[in-house]
Amino acid sequence: MATLPNMQEKLSLDTFVRGLWEENPVFVMLLGMCPVLAVTNSTMNAIAMGLATTFVLVASSTLISLLRNWIPRQVRIASYIVIIATFVTVVDYAIQAISLDLYNALGAFIQLIVANCVILGRAEAYASKQRLHTTLINSLGMGAGFTVALLSLGTVREVLGSGTLLGIQIMPENFEPWVVMILPPGGFFVLGAWLLLFAWLKQRRERRLLEQEGASHAG
Amino acid sequence: MSESQVASAAPQTPGFRMIRTLGAIAMLSGLLVVLVFQYTKPIIAENQRIAIEKAVFKVVPGASRRVDIMLGESGVTVPGENGGTGEKVYAAFDEEGGLKGVALASGAQGYQDVVKLLYGYDPECSCIRGIKILKMTETPGLGDKIAFDPAFLMNFEALDASLNETGDALAHPIVAVKAGKKQSAWEVDAISGATISSVAVAKALDRSMQRMAPLIQRYKQELSGMGQ
Repeated sequence: MATLPNMQEKLSLDTFVRGLWEENPVFVMLLGMCPVLAVTNSTMNAIAMGLATTFVLVASSTLISLLRNWIPRQVRIASYIVIIATFVTVVDYAIQAISLDLYNALGAFIQLIVANCVILGRAEAYASKQRLHTTLINSLGMGAGFTVALLSLGTVREVLGSGTLLGIQIMPENFEPWVVMILPPGGFFVLGAWLLLFAWLKQRRERRLLEQEGASHAG
Repeated sequence: MSESQVASAAPQTPGFRMIRTLGAIAMLSGLLVVLVFQYTKPIIAENQRIAIEKAVFKVVPGASRRVDIMLGESGVTVPGENGGTGEKVYAAFDEEGGLKGVALASGAQGYQDVVKLLYGYDPECSCIRGIKILKMTETPGLGDKIAFDPAFLMNFEALDASLNETGDALAHPIVAVKAGKKQSAWEVDAISGATISSVAVAKALDRSMQRMAPLIQRYKQELSGMGQ
């Protein structure tokens, strides 16, 4: 991470956008892979999981940032985990109250948000050092990046695996669903394809930069 | 953080402060969780009630009201403070209070995990009127067809579960047969490609019916009386 300890980051657009693109928790940092692979077999599950994780991320980061000068370093990890676990329990009850079907579809992965390293990673690397408003914006960006990543897996898997999008049939009638896409291996296939795309984009950008530099030297 | 930093930072933080911090955070967490729990508890209970009601009315066609009862060897009891003895069943009645059927929960080992289902038993025709899969982890595209395959669900529109002469078990066990091989009213046509899941459904029905159908028939009068 570029931020040095005790350096307060200035709030800018980059604080938010970084989580979406440059430091995307899934496609760039490869964190929190467990829910990414497990619950993205439908778009609805992906949205719900993304929003639940975002809520926990934003709420816990905000609280940790508020308490950052008050938590002794020796007990910081324990404190962070208790705070994160509290918000996960809140989300757990909230989803049960919103829809039991959704709760059953997400299964144990709601409770497992506690162990999602995106959240603890943000708490340790960012929220514990930065001021409240930058933390809020940064964690919102990270949450949005995580949700977008889940969505890009979820939509592809649902469209190919069952021919529907959000439960609505979008593929032609004679389309034979690729069942493997909603099974666990499908998660790996689609994630691999996305990572390939991101790596290719990154390489291309670097090559362009090199070419530009070369051109300016020649000119 | 390096080792030397930890060592230099340690004496500055007395144990009291750590305990105070952790204690305060734990108290705050507890308070928040209790608040949310109290707030969502009635909503969750209502959701569960609606889910059960929907399932019961689906497996007992024509029902519009349900009564939770306990049915055991000693007869019909209402679950309440005393708990009641026996197995929990849902008696389903129509608008006029006539007994339309009884919904029971059962389960059996499927391909990956236990298949849990709710089914409706009609004491008038001694047959099963419908099933609904409550929980399963069967393979998508193959085994999970037991939940929605129309041809498979046709099996349970009038699946025979009549009693034998002594009235203590089924006359014919409910069994799954290969797809398209169904000949008798107590056989279940399996889905081709999902034989294990189909067998699990038949097994769950058979296991529960062998025990409960004699009890339901024995206490039919009392069950009908619950509708008033």
